[in-house]
Amino acid sequence: MRNREFVIEALIRVAGFSAIFFVVLIFLFLMREGVPAFWETSAGNFFGERWYPNEDLFGTLPLILGSLLVTLGAVVIALPLGLATAVFIRELAPGWLREILKPLVEILAGIPSVVLGFLGMVAVSPLVREWLNVPTGLTAFTGSLMLAYMSLPTIISVADDAIDAVPKAHRDGALALGATHWQTIWRVVLPAARSGVIIAVMLGIGRAIGETMAVMMVTGNAARIPQEWNALFFPARTMTATIAAEMGEVAQGSTHYHVLFAVGILLFAVTFVINAIASLVVIKGGPRRGGRLMG
Amino acid sequence: MAKFTVRNLTFRYDDHLALQDVSLDIPANEITVIFGPAHAGKSTLLRCLNRLNDLIETEAIHLEGQILLDGEDIYAPRVDVTELRRRVGMVFAVPIPLPLSIYENVVYGLRMRGETSSSLLTERVERSLRQAALWDEVRDRLDEPGVLLSGGQQQRLCLARTLALEPDVILLDNPTSGLDPLSTAKVEASLRELKADYTVVFVPHSVQQAARVADTAVFLLNGQLIEAGPGERIFTRPREQRTEDYVTGRFG
Ligand SMILES: Nc1ncnc2c1ncn2[C@@H]1O[C@H](COP(=O)(O)OP(=O)(O)OP(=O)(O)O)[C@@H](O)[C@H]1O
Ligand SMILES: [Mg+2]
Repeated sequence: MRNREFVIEALIRVAGFSAIFFVVLIFLFLMREGVPAFWETSAGNFFGERWYPNEDLFGTLPLILGSLLVTLGAVVIALPLGLATAVFIRELAPGWLREILKPLVEILAGIPSVVLGFLGMVAVSPLVREWLNVPTGLTAFTGSLMLAYMSLPTIISVADDAIDAVPKAHRDGALALGATHWQTIWRVVLPAARSGVIIAVMLGIGRAIGETMAVMMVTGNAARIPQEWNALFFPARTMTATIAAEMGEVAQGSTHYHVLFAVGILLFAVTFVINAIASLVVIKGGPRRGGRLMG
Repeated sequence: MAKFTVRNLTFRYDDHLALQDVSLDIPANEITVIFGPAHAGKSTLLRCLNRLNDLIETEAIHLEGQILLDGEDIYAPRVDVTELRRRVGMVFAVPIPLPLSIYENVVYGLRMRGETSSSLLTERVERSLRQAALWDEVRDRLDEPGVLLSGGQQQRLCLARTLALEPDVILLDNPTSGLDPLSTAKVEASLRELKADYTVVFVPHSVQQAARVADTAVFLLNGQLIEAGPGERIFTRPREQRTEDYVTGRFG
């Protein structure tokens, strides 16, 4: 008996430590391949405005801004939509409809991103071109639409859990003061679910900024600096799409190769900051207000 | 004259029968105490009086019978439910101040009704805090967060924010459950003063408290009304054996 427990415990330990070990290993690998880029190119070049690897111009600014543009667009679209859907599912829909909608949202989350990218190319981008009357339908906006669609399930289900975790007493208190159902949702339930809702947004952004396939297929991949207000409706190129598109053709050990890894480090840093902010919100919000959404 | 008249009220949650053919009158300007053991249906009855049960899964609840407020059926289709809830205020067992200042907590219901005149709001704040016997303790710190008050003060704050809406009726569901004896005494004292202007319906946390505050007492057991009448009679010479058993502590 003793021995068996010892073996099981040892196995669990090994499993736990190897998970940590592999994370560290990946991180070290990323560093080893990416960091040389910082001395192989000048800072002016690396953070410059032009990305022409053939001419040794490795300006990552258009890529960073491209990622931010597409992601921000996605958040602006997905946040109100996701929140409204969560409120609808939890507060307004009759019981039978809720039972249908909840699993439907989970199914949404399971659609492979390459399928969505394909849909975006053949169905969404022609619509974008016609409606907005722009030269090509492969724009940052098209990417935002696809990303918004992809982050919706995350936003909806996390926000829904947060709303569900608001104690019934809060609602009763507001209703008994003569608040309408709508005032109760807007002024009591949503503020009480605030930290959960913020996490929903953060997770949504995290998902969106790291997404590659669908974005690469629909944004047109032109590495240009967004300058005018209408940049959203022109092609753009994200960090993820750049890595995915160019990694296969680059000579291993070349500057271009190192720079692609360095872009990976940037992406990692951005995602890390977003996750850190999200968990800070959870800690500050406390378990009661954060609800049970982080399990 | 009865403020509320409840006629043959039957109430179900899903298939659980919570109230069964309950009929009673709730007199104006009195404290009516509704008492009985756990799960007797006291909270359910209270929540029928301001239609707070309306929002639970509309298809699952089921209400039969009639409730008249000043002779008008409160479940009639044309009744404005939010307006009804302003006329029939409610204080709960656990005080939940909003994450706002004391002042803003008190005027919250008024603001939601669309009241903006700051002189009216300020005047209401003082008046309702005085009525709730809290004014002297908080007059100098109205802009501090309401959640910083002690439990007893929070409960009186919740009473004040209900009073600020100038309701006709105040429903209190076990408002002193978490309070020490001193705070409990303060709440009871303010209720006795309030009954001059309001109709008070009160679910007590013990038979002793029921006996202390009741003008009229109503004994509920398993969703049925066993006995109702003047407080002094119910607690000294009950007519029903089950009431006597309960008030003398033989069960429950
Ligand atoms: N939202 C609900 N859904 C289903 N059943 C409920 C609900 N609320 C109350 N009940 C049931 O209705 C019955 C009466 O409950 P109620 O809360 O009115 O009792 P009570 O007299 O207030 O009890 P207590 O002294 O414990 O507060 C109980 O059996 C309870 O389980
Ligand atoms: Mg109760």
